[in-house]
Amino acid sequence: MSEAAEARASGSRWRVAANRRWIIMALLLALTCYAPFQLVPFRVFQFTMVLIYAVALLGLNLLVGHTGQISLGHGAYFAVGAYTAAILLHSWHVPYPATLPAAAVAAFALGLAFGVPAVRLRGLYLALVTLAIAIFLVPLLKRFESVTGGSMGLTLAKPVPPAWTGLAEDQWLYFLTLAVAVVAFLVTRSVLRSRVGRALHAIRDNEAAAEVMGVRLSFYKTLSFAWSAMLAGIAGCLYTWVIGYVSPDSFVVTLSITLLAGLVVGGLGSYWGPLLGGLFVMFVPSISQSVNDAAPGVVFGLLIIAVMYVAPTGLAGLAGRAAYSIKKTLRKE
Amino acid sequence: MAGFLQQVVEGLGAGAIYAGLALALVLIYQFTGIVNFAQGELAMFSTYLAWQLTAAGLPFWLALVVTLVVSFAGGMLIERVIIRPVEGAPELTVVIVTVGLFIFVNAAAGWIWSFTIKDFPNPFPEGAFRAGGVSVGYSTLGILGVVAVVMGLLYLLFQHTKIGLGMRAVASSPQSARLVGIRVGWTLALGWGLAATVGAVSGVLVAPLLFLDPNLMGGVLIYAFAAATLGGFDSPLGAVVGGLVVGVAETLAGAYVGFIGSDLKIGVPLVIILGVLLLRPQGLFGRAVVERV
Repeated sequence: MSEAAEARASGSRWRVAANRRWIIMALLLALTCYAPFQLVPFRVFQFTMVLIYAVALLGLNLLVGHTGQISLGHGAYFAVGAYTAAILLHSWHVPYPATLPAAAVAAFALGLAFGVPAVRLRGLYLALVTLAIAIFLVPLLKRFESVTGGSMGLTLAKPVPPAWTGLAEDQWLYFLTLAVAVVAFLVTRSVLRSRVGRALHAIRDNEAAAEVMGVRLSFYKTLSFAWSAMLAGIAGCLYTWVIGYVSPDSFVVTLSITLLAGLVVGGLGSYWGPLLGGLFVMFVPSISQSVNDAAPGVVFGLLIIAVMYVAPTGLAGLAGRAAYSIKKTLRKE
Repeated sequence: MAGFLQQVVEGLGAGAIYAGLALALVLIYQFTGIVNFAQGELAMFSTYLAWQLTAAGLPFWLALVVTLVVSFAGGMLIERVIIRPVEGAPELTVVIVTVGLFIFVNAAAGWIWSFTIKDFPNPFPEGAFRAGGVSVGYSTLGILGVVAVVMGLLYLLFQHTKIGLGMRAVASSPQSARLVGIRVGWTLALGWGLAATVGAVSGVLVAPLLFLDPNLMGGVLIYAFAAATLGGFDSPLGAVVGGLVVGVAETLAGAYVGFIGSDLKIGVPLVIILGVLLLRPQGLFGRAVVERV
């Protein structure tokens, strides 16, 4: 075969591979759109929660997986998003679609505010500060009772599906969440593929080298912090829509740690990690809780340690490796 | 004035407990550069062990000795089995592993002893010692005394024994220490064992005041972090001073700053951590680290 023909052949193979990726994505999307019509409302609710966690983990992944900055306090941004939406709905009777940008802006601002001092902190000090913030938020929410409803929390009406859709409440909430999640995934993906994404990866892999290459550390780290907080805030807002109730005890420090655990198991720094982590955070506790109240914690703890030893890229990395080796054996035959 | 002094005394009592846990954190950080997020949970687990032994009928002090020995062995075991594989790994990995350990130990204690709270026997007599309008509880005095003794023993160990000399050598330069024949791996394990023991002491001291449940140390941990940050993560003396300062600051803020009150006291360690890290990152007694690229 001549060189040109070879190049053409490999080019077309590449094109098939690229198309296959889009076909798989389309099939997956079709499946996620079809599922709520086949499942009982409780399952639809569970998958809605998976998507919400996935959006929050998408944010955490941007910070931890792609920029290499640790956060033990992402539950705080989640809570800020949830409470912003809840307070707007409860006290100002804002139409609910308007709460989403408000929650995003509030969480973004908070992320920026903490991102500025956090730029000066490394590794474990950052972990300490973010952990302290997550711990401090709960008493703070309880304290400002007139606005936040104190320990009792706020109960809200859930969004009502418009008549023209003909959907039940759970299905409507599912599709709302799905739409936000897909947009969040696509936007984050394109950000990571841009020059910003490369700068973040450079910071993660070697800060000094990145700085020498002309990456402005403080700018990109703060941006990553704020963007990541914003996604967590959006997830919090969706949470308020779906649950229709917020209380400080839903956002204790365990939430932050669970989010980190889910991300680590799902896959740090991978595109599918947040979704797998969302599935993990939602279903592992509800399955293992039937054994013992403490079982989810035992499973989480052991899995985190095990994943860090044997598969630092998490479930997503394992799945990728499995797919690769299957492909290789198939090609050999 | 007497009221103010009273608050200071209360603060010192609380601070001594934070100092105990902070001391445990610092012991590990000094040798390995790891901040052990599971330190509080390990202390809680040891405290349950002590409770189990006293509930089985052992006298308190004997139960305490057994607990300390078991904690020491447990700490060494954890270093050898769990921390060893990630030694030298990026900070992110190490932090995540200790967070995993945190979740695991917390849940395991809940599994074994259930999440209901338990009464823990107080080793110190009831009542208080009065001087000039200020009453100092015997348990406060006891806690301060125990922390002082622990501090003194550690000082003797580090400054006047061969093991301590080896440990200091490892802390200052593991490679050189290995070259002169010190078994670095075992020394690190020894550090973890010591830290677990000191943590166990702080758990046993705090349990009679707070009741025993698997989340016993969750609140104390953040104060201990603030104490270690304030004192400098590589200075045992700093940890103790930092603990006392944090305890007093927290009590005074709770008593005299109306806005903070008793519910927002947990914000004090956050402010201290942020303030120290921004103004003097190495803490009061710590050494500034110069990074070579």
